[in-house]
This record gives sequence, C-alpha cells and structure tokens, in this order.
Amino acid sequence: MTKYRINKTRFVDQTKTVSFTFDGKKYHGFEGDTLASALLSNGIHLIGRSFKYHRPRGIMSCGSEEPNAICQINNNTDLTEPNVRATEIELYEGLKASSQNCWPSLNFDIGGINNLISPFIPAGFYYKTFMWPKSFWKKIYEPLIRLSAGLGKSPTQPDPDIYDHKHEHCDVLVIGGGISGIISAKIAAKNNLKTILIEDKNILGGSTIYQNNKNFIIDNQKSNEWLMNEISELEKLDNLIIKTRTSLAAFHSYNYLLAKENISDHLPLDKKNGSIRQRLWKIRADKVIVAAGAIERPLIFNNNDRPGIILANSVKKYLDFYGVSTGLNNIIFTNNDSAYETAVSLFEKGISVKIVDIRKKSSSNIVKNAEDLGIKIYWNSTVVNTFGYKKIKSIEIMNLSEDGSNVTGNKHKIQCDCLSISGGWTPMVHMHTQSGGKLDFREIDQVFVPTEKSENHINVGSCNGDFELEEIVKNTNYKVKKFLNINEGGFDKISVLCSKESEKKNIWLLPNTISESKTKSFIDFQNDSTAKDIKLALREGFKSIEHVKRYTTTGMATDQGKLSNMHALGIIADTAGVKMGTLGTTTFRPPFTPLTFGAIVGRSVGKFFDIVRKTSIHEWHVQNNAKFENVGQWKRPWYYPINNENLHEAVQRESKAARDSAGILDASTLGKIDIQGSDASEFLNRVYTNAWSKLGIGKCRYGLMLNEDGMVYDDGVTTRLGENHYLMTTTTGGAANVLSKLEDYLQTEWPELDVFLTSVTDHYSTASICGPNSKKILNKLFPNKDFSDEAFPHMSYQDAIIDKIECRIMRISFTGELSYEINVESKYGKSLWENCIAAGEEYKITPYGTETMHLLRAEKGFIIVGQDTDGTMTPIDLQMDWIVSKKKYDFIGKRSLYRSDTMREDRKQLVGLLTDDPNEILEEGAQIVSELDKKPVEMIGHVTSSYFSPNLNKSIALAVVKGGKKMNGQKLFVPMENKNINVTVSDFIFFDKENKRINA
Amino acid sequence: MFVINCPYCGERDQSEFSCGGEAHIVRPKQPTELSDDEWAEYLFMRKNIKGVQFERWNHAHGCRKWFNMVRDTSNDKIHAVYKMGEKPPVI
Ligand SMILES: [Zn+2]
Repeated sequence: MTKYRINKTRFVDQTKTVSFTFDGKKYHGFEGDTLASALLSNGIHLIGRSFKYHRPRGIMSCGSEEPNAICQINNNTDLTEPNVRATEIELYEGLKASSQNCWPSLNFDIGGINNLISPFIPAGFYYKTFMWPKSFWKKIYEPLIRLSAGLGKSPTQPDPDIYDHKHEHCDVLVIGGGISGIISAKIAAKNNLKTILIEDKNILGGSTIYQNNKNFIIDNQKSNEWLMNEISELEKLDNLIIKTRTSLAAFHSYNYLLAKENISDHLPLDKKNGSIRQRLWKIRADKVIVAAGAIERPLIFNNNDRPGIILANSVKKYLDFYGVSTGLNNIIFTNNDSAYETAVSLFEKGISVKIVDIRKKSSSNIVKNAEDLGIKIYWNSTVVNTFGYKKIKSIEIMNLSEDGSNVTGNKHKIQCDCLSISGGWTPMVHMHTQSGGKLDFREIDQVFVPTEKSENHINVGSCNGDFELEEIVKNTNYKVKKFLNINEGGFDKISVLCSKESEKKNIWLLPNTISESKTKSFIDFQNDSTAKDIKLALREGFKSIEHVKRYTTTGMATDQGKLSNMHALGIIADTAGVKMGTLGTTTFRPPFTPLTFGAIVGRSVGKFFDIVRKTSIHEWHVQNNAKFENVGQWKRPWYYPINNENLHEAVQRESKAARDSAGILDASTLGKIDIQGSDASEFLNRVYTNAWSKLGIGKCRYGLMLNEDGMVYDDGVTTRLGENHYLMTTTTGGAANVLSKLEDYLQTEWPELDVFLTSVTDHYSTASICGPNSKKILNKLFPNKDFSDEAFPHMSYQDAIIDKIECRIMRISFTGELSYEINVESKYGKSLWENCIAAGEEYKITPYGTETMHLLRAEKGFIIVGQDTDGTMTPIDLQMDWIVSKKKYDFIGKRSLYRSDTMREDRKQLVGLLTDDPNEILEEGAQIVSELDKKPVEMIGHVTSSYFSPNLNKSIALAVVKGGKKMNGQKLFVPMENKNINVTVSDFIFFDKENKRINA
Repeated sequence: MFVINCPYCGERDQSEFSCGGEAHIVRPKQPTELSDDEWAEYLFMRKNIKGVQFERWNHAHGCRKWFNMVRDTSNDKIHAVYKMGEKPPVI
C-alpha cells in the first residue's frame, strides 16, 4: 500500500489490485477506484496543463464538475477518447491514460511560456490580436493557435464500439441516487407506481453513504448505516428499476428524458469485447423527481489553481469512500460549516489539519466538534497567496477587515501539502431549467433555487436548496407524497439529528493586498479565465452575462462552467453594483455532461444509417457491371461500363446506341400516385398548370406542378386509365413530397372533392425502351399487338399481356426517340427486363443509366426539375409558356405568375449555350458573365446542365441567364480559374427540333 | 419532444408529426381578383406568435391526417387539438 492509502473502506476492495498506466508509467490501484482516486493514492496530483497559460493543474473534485483532471484514454487510432474526466472513469485492468494539452511532456511544457507573458493575454485577446493582416490568419495565426491550444486528440479511425438506444416508459422517474432520491424512489415504488431510479455513480447513496459522523443521526443510527439499510430494502422492491452508471443527459418538455448508461466502460479490456459500450435511454415519465444534488463551490483568491488545491467535500470523499488521503498536512479554507466535516474526518484518521475560515465565528455542533478535538481554526482570515509550482507547498493568510472588503494586519505563512477549499454549495438546477423551469435567487446563502410551478416534476434535496440533513429528509418525504398524491406511510415518523449552520458569509472575490491586475484568481479553471478578465470585460462595456461569458469564455469549456458560473455572476453583480438576482443566469443546455457521438447515433451507423431502396431489376444491373448513383434513397444504375470504359466513354456509347438502334432504362424509381374518384379530373386541373378535363381515356399528358409562389415544383406524365382513374408519375426524388402536398390540399383546402390518392411507386417496375428499333422489339415481345402509329399513337397507353402477366404500356418519351414504357407488378420486373433484353438482342439493345438519360434529354432541351430549376424558376422563365393554361380560372401558383416580381423581364431564363470550341465542356454550376472587364464582375447566370453530345459531335449546355430569352446569338463568357471560355447563347433544343424521331 | 393527441389515433410522440405552420389561413377562392399586396398577404405573411398560436399539424408517420392544434409557443403547452373544418376553440 502506498502512504496515501490510509484507510480501509467498504467501497474499495483492497484485495483486488488493478494495474494501469498514466503517461506511460505503470501504477496500481484497487477495484472500486476511479482513475483520480488511484492517481491520488500514488501521490499524483499534477494531471495536465491549463488551456491558455499552460499552468500545472491537478485533480480538483470527485465528480462531473471536474475542470482540470481531463485525460486522453487509450492511444489507438480508433478507440482513443479525449477529455475524459479522471474523476468519473472507473479503474479497470489495463487502462491507459495520458495527460492532455502539454508538449513535450507534462513535467516540462513549452506552452508554459504563455504563463510568463500572461499579462499580455487578457480577455478577448484572440479577438483583438489576430484580426490583422488577413493574410497572416491561415499561415501563421491559425497553426500557432492550433498547436498550443486544443483539448486532446480525436480518433482517426471509425469507432468499433457498439452503442444502443432503448425506449422506456414509467410512472415515476427519480434522477439521482442520493438520500433524497432513495427516499423518493421508495415512496413511489411502495405505492405501486412503476419507478425508475437512475444514478450516475456505480453505487447508490450519494454523499450520505460515507457520512460516518456522530453529528448526523437518523433514527438513532449514523446516517450512513441508516441509508445502507434503506438501500438493501429498496433493492427488494419489484416495480423499481435501479440503473447505476446512468447519467441524465437531457430533460425535454413533456417529461421526455435522455439518459446515458455506461455498460462496459468500467470493464477490463478483455471483457469489453463484443458487448455494448453505452446505451442511450429515451424515457417518457408521467412524473419526474429531480434529486440531482449540489456541487461544492470553490473560493476565488490569488493562485487558487495549484495542484493540491481540492474542494473540501471531495477531500472527504477520497478519504472516507476511497480510503485515500489527498495530503498528509492539510489546511481547509472555508466560508461555511460543511468543510468542518472534512476536518473532523481527517483528524480522526490521524492526519494533520488546520482551518482558515472567513467568518468570525460559528456555533454549530460540527464546529464545536472540531474545536473540541483541538483543530486549529484561523477565524476572520483569508488566503492571499499560495506557493509551490507543481504541487502546493504553503499558503499566506491575512485577517479580513470589518466589512470583508479588504485585508488587514500581517501576512502569516503556513506550510501544507493540500489545501481544501469550500465556498458553499450550488444546487444542480440544470435539469429543472432544461425542462423549462424558472429560478429564484435566495439571498441568505446566495443560491438559485427552482421555482416550483410544474405539475409534472419536482426538485427534492440539495438541488432544491435543502442543504441540512433534517430538512432534506423531512421535505423530501412531504413533497414527494404531495406530488404523487400519497397520504401516509414511509418516513413520517423519522427522527433526524444534524448540525445546523448558524453563521453565513460569502465573498465572491476575496480581497488581497496587491491589485487585481497582478493576481491570478481563477474562476473558470478549464478555460483559464480569471476575475481580472471578467472585470476587464465589464470595463470594455459588456453588460449581459451572456456576452461576458462569450467574451471571456467563462463557463464555455467541456465542464460547462459547473464550478465557475456562480462566481462569474457574483463578481459581475459586485462590480456593477447590482443585485445578483436581477442578472439572471446563463442558459443550461443539454447534455449535462458531454455525450459520445456513438451514444447519440446508436445503431444508426453503416448500412443502418439510412434506408436503401433497390428496384426489382437491381440484381441484373449488378451482374451487368452497372455503376450506381444515389437518387434520394434509391440506387439507380448510373452507367454500364464495358471493359475498362470510364464514365465519359460509356455514356458516349450508350447515348449513340439509344439514338441509332435501341436503348433500355430501368425507370421503376419514378414516383407513381394512383388517383381515383369522381373529381379526379377537376383535381388535376387544380394542381397542374395545364388542362386535363378533355384528356381521353387511354391518353397520356405531360404536366407541370407549381408551388403557390409560382415556382416549378415537380413534373411528370399522367395517364388516364379510366373515367375516374389516373396514374400520375413524379420525379424520383420528389415522389413523397408531391404526395404530401396533394394530400394537404385535398384535406384542408378542397375537402369537397371526391378524390383518393395512393402511393404505388413500389407496386410497379418499369422498363423503358427507346430508339428507332424499339417498335420492332415491342412487336417481338407482344406479337398479337398492333403497334402502328394509328393503332398506338404517341402519348397513349394500352394494356397488354406478356407471359400471362398483365402489363401497361405507355408510349411516351423523355429522349425524343420513339419510346415505350412497359409497367408490370414489381415481382415480375426482372423477368420482364430479361425478356426485353432477349428480344432486343438482334438490335444490340443497350442498357443505359441515368447519366445517358440526362444527356439524351438535354439534347432535346427537356428540363430536369431540381437540376435546371432551383425553386426560383417559373414556367415562363423556363420558356414553357405553352404548358400554362390561359383559360383555366385557377390552379396552384397561377396568381403568383402575375406578380410584379415574377413578370420582370430580367429574371434568369433558360437558354442553350454552345462553346466556341466544340470540344470544350462547361462545368455545371459555372458562372456566366457578359463583360469581363467590368468591376465588380457581374454574374448574370450559371450553367445548369452540360454534356458532350455524341449525336451532334459537340459540347452542349443548358443555362439560366438574366434576360436570356432575348439573347439568342449573343456572345458571353464563362470565367474559370485559368481561362475564360467563350460561349454563344442558342436555342435550348439542340437535336431534332421538328420532333420527327418520336414517330420514326 | 411533445406528446400530441392525434384526433384520429390518440397520443403519439412528436417525432411522428410534422408542423404545417399557422392555421386558419384560407386559400382565397378568387386569387385572380386580388391585388399583389393582398396575394402577398396570403402567400407570405405569418404571425409567428410568442404565446398561444393556432397551428396546422400532420400525422405524417401515422394516419397522415391533417388537423389543427393550439399550442403556447413559449412553453409548448398544447391547449387543444381539433379536426380540420371544426371551429377553433376559444382559449
Ligand atoms: Zn393520426
């Protein structure tokens, strides 16, 4: 045993040794230790360097509020984790931890030079200094800051761990397993309510479980003994789920809460493998009881950040819970009674301890207890300085003036190896405020306490501002019963004896002999902001607490200011001469402690990240070497390379084949909506820009759909299958949105219409065959069918049978070629496709993908919604006036086409662009200008689609250009990084202007 | 995350619903007879109240029905849900 492991406790099993490394050196601790307690038992206080000044920093607390002792865990590329609080990680065999934020080593840190020049690094330093010149930012300032700043290293490989999500519902959720949480959970569960109790530590009991002091007695037992019995009774209750190692992350409205359970973080490496690491619980609770406890405050004085300066109650926990002494020669510096419990504990274990108290006296039982033991107390005194670089060695104290605003008398130096500090307690009101609760300021002990208004949650125990054992027990009992409507039983007749604090005194910033500008009184230890920084921000005109916080970065580190926020507020209030209660607090946002990304995403990684939709023909595409592109959630064949063809070569071949003989496209992904009802025609009239009433049964029509603002929303061909029956197609990506929009209008604006919509996208598979030989292939597939132009004209549909399978054939074209789309039930899609390929073999039928489809339609000047439009294009802008009915009284978006803005002549309009060099292919998205010399350069449009056309043997492009309609033949420029490309505005129909091929 | 009482399905998590903005804005019956200003008022102008607001909601991952909801935007308290076409309650 090391000389700092001075005590045997029931919480740490000293028969089970655990070895671990810190900064490469091997140490031993025991099962039950945290990394922090194990390090302290080895006499190690120095854990890291501070963020800005690189000052040596040590362990300061024993919980989630820890600002200093943050470590890098593991050094693998995939499992390493930065910013882990040594106070929270449970020790396991093989744990590897290292210090952060110091280079080249913890003991010799080059960034410590910042400490020496710190008078020149005030609040807002980065904002002020690195503004100018701009060119210095990228090459000098940023690398410099990045080298010396930053908290730890991110993993560079994907996280191999498994994370999980789970939903849970309960009547009562109790947050916190301290004494008030245990009382609450017992009352709830014993009254037949399904109860969940969560606790972030590995065992229940909070700080009472190690409170072994004769001044704290419940029902004639020491409070820890009493609580131990309560816990064993609690564990027998049926309708209570106890979740330890589970911390609340967020408390949302309607009692929806997120909690993170650590499942294998504490296990040795060989037992972690394959098990879930963390689970995020999504809990919906009827009632929530918050028993989150309180956090001890530090005191703000000069050089209050040295290793060995630790919160007093944490010193007590290390001693009474872990059996570890944080020092052998202790001084306790306090403004309240609670630190005397630490003093008595130390004394009883034979460890030297003295007390410095800013108060003039206190007459409580615990203080009398300390005095009776003969512990030296320096009343009415304050620490003015501390000494010792890597570990505290001594302090200087002075007397306080009558009003506490100054120091008097002589300095008195005292040797020590540990300084415990206690500035009182801050209730953990984070959960309460996250849920929307408000706070009141309580003057007497300077705390924010919850305003109880909610019917759905209450706060009990010290998070509610009840600090003394008797009020904790009695108020919890009373409040919980009232909240849950329970009348009797439980803790009504309990007797509690405890020490009661009689004197209270608080000084946010303790006075000193030297001026503040020369002191280092830290408020936010992790972000290195001091009292001086806060005062400077106020002098520079910042008034709002939210602004001061951001300017000084106080409270903005990974600990979210759990230790610093109150002091920042207090110093602002004192300096500005206002009441603290009027300042409000900064907003506490979830998560309460940092969550891993793994816990947030759970199982939604890799192939579970999003749904992948495949057509029934997908397998054939894979077997035939298709490259795929994602269109929404769909996988669509992009192109089918043969041998070693690249994208360009394959597309050139596919495009030529489709126009010279025959091509085949899997068009199954197009959105399909089945529309039925006696008002179906009227409905289409209202949602499309063109007229539908006169469309004959068995005919197809192209339709354009607008938003109410007049902008193009979607397009597609709709077929009239019967008198009151239509099949609408939409773009692949727009299908779901179109259905939602149509349903919205039907349900809310036009409920009088008799129309029913059904999404049938997945019901049918579609093979689209195009090209001059397509009719011959159809004749082979359907020998009994007449495909003559008279019997089966363009823009019509007929039913047919193939292999006893019913199908619908639409003669429609998106390529400008003679073209047929054959639709069958999805389950027959692949066999239909294989039949088409076999029938087309003698015509060298060529499968083509989306890239060739885009090229062929661009040759014809057909737009793609979402590529050539971007939500700011009207049909008039697209030169599609022909599809906008003048006769219809109304349709969605009609009125907007006559707004002054949509009628402007200088709107961006669709044009064709031809490059002067026919081999130059423009980049899609490239900007277009009319004058190269004009400063500033005026961008008049951009390229929306661009290809090399093998059928025209030249480059073609579609673009939108301001006033483009009237620019035919005009020369424009496309400026690129190294050159300007000369282009000429042209008609946007490049190929077969007369539309002859459709009937070829 | 709220719990919303769909008038057709009962209580469900908010994640099943999508919000469609302010309720009771009726699409004009004769848009062509409106001035640009009047049309813009219908098309673009929304109140975005801090406090009690009447909203359209859709049970998108459920029955897909649209309905109206009265919600206090300052604390997310839901005062009422009612079907499309029903009279808004007095809050
Ligand atoms: Zn519903």
